[in-house]
Amino acid sequence: MFAYISKRLLSLIPVLFVVTIAIFLIIHITPGDPAATILGIEASKEEIQELNEELGLNRPIHEQYISWVAGLMKGDLGDSLFMHQPVRTAIVEHIGPTLSLAIMAQLIALLLAIPFGIIAAYRRGSLADFSLMGVSLLGMAVPSFLLGLFLMLLIGVKLQWLPVAGYEPLSNGIWAHMQYLILPGISLGTIQAALITRMTRASMLEVLNLNYMKTARAKGLNEMRVLLKHAFRNAFLPILTVIGQTFGVLVTGAVVVESIFNIPGLGQLILNSIARRDFAVIQGVVLIVTIMYVAINLFIDLLYGFVDPRVRLDRK
Amino acid sequence: MITLQETENIAQLSEKLKKEQRALRFRRLKSNYGLLIGSIIILLFIAVALMGPLFTTYGPYQMKVLDRLLPPSAEHLLGTDEFGRDLLTRIIYGARVSISVGLIVALLSSLFGLIIGIYAAYYRTLDHILMRICDGLIAIPGILLAIALMAALGASAFNVIVALTIVFTPNIARIVRSIALVVREQTYIEAMHAQGASNTRIIWLHIVPNTLSPLLVQATFVFAEAIISEAALSFLGAGIPAPEASWGNILQASKLVIYKAWWMVVFPGAAIILSVLSLNLLGDGLRDFLDPRVKYKQKK
Repeated sequence: MFAYISKRLLSLIPVLFVVTIAIFLIIHITPGDPAATILGIEASKEEIQELNEELGLNRPIHEQYISWVAGLMKGDLGDSLFMHQPVRTAIVEHIGPTLSLAIMAQLIALLLAIPFGIIAAYRRGSLADFSLMGVSLLGMAVPSFLLGLFLMLLIGVKLQWLPVAGYEPLSNGIWAHMQYLILPGISLGTIQAALITRMTRASMLEVLNLNYMKTARAKGLNEMRVLLKHAFRNAFLPILTVIGQTFGVLVTGAVVVESIFNIPGLGQLILNSIARRDFAVIQGVVLIVTIMYVAINLFIDLLYGFVDPRVRLDRK
Repeated sequence: MITLQETENIAQLSEKLKKEQRALRFRRLKSNYGLLIGSIIILLFIAVALMGPLFTTYGPYQMKVLDRLLPPSAEHLLGTDEFGRDLLTRIIYGARVSISVGLIVALLSSLFGLIIGIYAAYYRTLDHILMRICDGLIAIPGILLAIALMAALGASAFNVIVALTIVFTPNIARIVRSIALVVREQTYIEAMHAQGASNTRIIWLHIVPNTLSPLLVQATFVFAEAIISEAALSFLGAGIPAPEASWGNILQASKLVIYKAWWMVVFPGAAIILSVLSLNLLGDGLRDFLDPRVKYKQKK
C-alpha cells in the first residue's frame, strides 16, 4: 500500500511541472509586450517600463518561472493589479459560492440519478427504462450553460417560481441560500445525473442476476429490502468512482454556470479579470481549480486502491 | 497445375465475394440509423452555413431601430434581436462561424494529435516527454484553459480555433498513441523492419492507416465538443466578438433581454443542441460501422 501511494504521488510531479509551466506561459503568449497589453494602448513608455520592473517581466524567463513557483510553494499567488490585493485573498473570497454550487449540483444529481438508475435496472426493458435512458441521452447532449438559460427562461421568467439570478451567502439563512442555487444546481447537475443514472443501471444489472439475490428473495425478504440492502450496496463501488471522478468536472462547470446566474464565484472572478487584463488572477484561478481537480482524482485513486486490493497490485 | 478454367473460376469467385461484401456494407449502412440521421442533419447544417445567405432577404448587420425585439412573425420568421436585426439571418450567419470553427478545430486537433500520438508510440524516448506534456495539459480543466488562452490572445475567431486546438489535441494524441502502440507490435510491422523499410515509410504507410477509423470517430466527437466550447466561450464574452454572429454570442445578448425575448434564447439554443446531438449520433454510428465488433459485443 505504501508503494502504491508513493508511486501515485511521484507521478504527480511531472504533471504539476507541466501545469505550472503552461499556466506561467499564459502571460507570455500575449501578442507583443505583456506589460503593454496589461496597461492598454494609452500607456506611456515609462509606465510600461515601470510595470515591467515591478512584475519582473524584464528578467530572463527561467528566473521569472523559478521565482513564481517559489512564491507558489509559500502560498503566494501574486498580487492583483486591478483589485490591489493578493490573488489569494480574492480567491478565498470567491471560492465559497463555487463550491456551494458544485455540492448542490452533486446532491441534485444523486437524488435524481440513484432512484432512476435503480428503477431502470429493476424494470429493465420496460417503458420506464426506455424513457429514462432516452432522457439521460438527451441530458448528456445539452450543455449546462444552455440548460441554465432555458431553466431561467421557463422557471424564473415565465413561471416565476424561483429567483432568476443572484446569490445569498449561507449566513443569510439556509433557504435564502438554497433558492438561488436550485436552478444553477439543476443546470450543472443534469449531465452528472445522466451519467450516474447510466452507471447505476449498469452496475445494478450486474448484481441483480447473481445467485445471492435469489437467496435473499427465497428467504422471504421484501423487494425493497432486497433491492436496497442486498443489491445496491454491492453495486455502489463503481458508482462511487464515477461520482468522485466527475466532482472535479462539476467544479469547472460551476465556473461557467455561475456567470449565467450572476453568482459571485471563481467564474465571475476570472471573467471580470479578462476585461481588466489582470493576469495574476487568471493564472491563480486556473491553477487553484486545476490543483483541486488533480487532488480530487488523487484522493479517489487512493481510496479505490484502499478499498479494492486488485487496483494497487495491478499497476506494478 | 492450375488450369486456365480454374484461374477464371477463382477470378469470378473473388469478384462475387467483393460484390457480396459491398452489398453487406451497404446493408449495414442502411440499418445504421444513427449514422444516417446524424450525417443528414449535419450535412443540412453545413449546407445552410454555405448557402444560407442566398435565402435570407436581410443582412446580418442590418439594423432597424423600430423593429427591436419583435416576436416571430411572417416577416421575421424567428423574430428580431435587440438591435432589430433579423434573428434567422443571424443564426444562419452564426452557423457559418460555429460550424466552421468546430470543423477546423476537429481537423487541426486530429492532425496534430495524430502526429504527436504516432511519433510518441514509435519512438519511446519521445514518448515520455510528449505524454508528460499531454498529461499536464489534460489536467487543466479544458474550458478554463481555453478561457485563460483567450484572455492572453484576445477575442477573435482565429484565436478561438488556436485555443480549442490546444485544448483538444492532447486527448486525441493519447488515443492515437494507445492504438499505435498495439499496431507497432504486430508481426507485419516486424516483417517491414526485416525487409529494411524506413521508419517514415512504416509510420505513414502502415501504422497511420490503422489508426484512421478510430481517429475519425474521435474527430466527430471533438467537432461536437468544439461547437459547445465555442458557444460557451462566446457566451462568456471570451470567444467570437460582436458584431460578428455566432450561436454563443447571440445567447450572450439574449441573457440581457431574457424577460422580453424568449426567441433569442430558444432558437440559437436549439441550433446548438441539434447540431451536437446529430454529431453524437454520427459518431456512435461511425463507430458501429467502422468496427462491427463493438456493436456485437454490446448486443451480447
